[in-house]
Amino acid sequence: MDSKSSACSSPNPNPTLGPSKLMLAFRFLRALSLVRRTTPASSRTCRGRRIERAAYASMAYTAGASRAWSRAVLRRLHHRARRRAVAPRRLSTTAGNRAEALRRLVPGGGGMDYCTLLEETADYIKCLSMQVELMQGIVDSASSYGP
Amino acid sequence: MSSRRSRISEEEITELISKLQSLLPETRRRGASRASAAKVLKETCNYIKSLHREVDDLSGRLSELMATMDVDSAQAEIVRSLFRS
Repeated sequence: MDSKSSACSSPNPNPTLGPSKLMLAFRFLRALSLVRRTTPASSRTCRGRRIERAAYASMAYTAGASRAWSRAVLRRLHHRARRRAVAPRRLSTTAGNRAEALRRLVPGGGGMDYCTLLEETADYIKCLSMQVELMQGIVDSASSYGP
Repeated sequence: MSSRRSRISEEEITELISKLQSLLPETRRRGASRASAAKVLKETCNYIKSLHREVDDLSGRLSELMATMDVDSAQAEIVRSLFRS
């Protein structure tokens, strides 16, 4: 077991969900409007991909620059070329393969020490589930209005 | 867990793992007792993957709805419900 990882820095106080949820909603809905205006109606798949990118962008902007995962998401989005390369790890993991899989799933996970990875994962999950909740809410709301 | 690791680090990691466990849907449903780090990490990976799939799926549905839905009304409705909650 690797004992080199330094003691974790105290985690940032979590933003309250209320204001973040609202910010996320404003950002994402605005992005949706933009996608709607700028994507031709014929290219539904393209529109779907743009909506997905808007989802991750909204999440990342709302989380702000203080999170490594959000910075990684924005870097990825701003590079048009879809590079799958993961940054080389600096420290060996303390929980073997499980942490490896997690590093691949959390944006920016490759370069983090184990402690930071766990903190970032928790924040990433919270933001992801908030995004999913928002999107589901929009789908439900839009479905109920109908043509 | 290895006793060679410093106690402070080990406690913090245990705490972080525990915090992760509390975020998992399984825990919310069944109120599980503390699981091993390996299990929590595995469940966390599965959860993140399922969330990614949901974003993908919902993006597709929003794209389809976009043609027909009244975006402004949906927007207003969402914002209203968020202010209420």
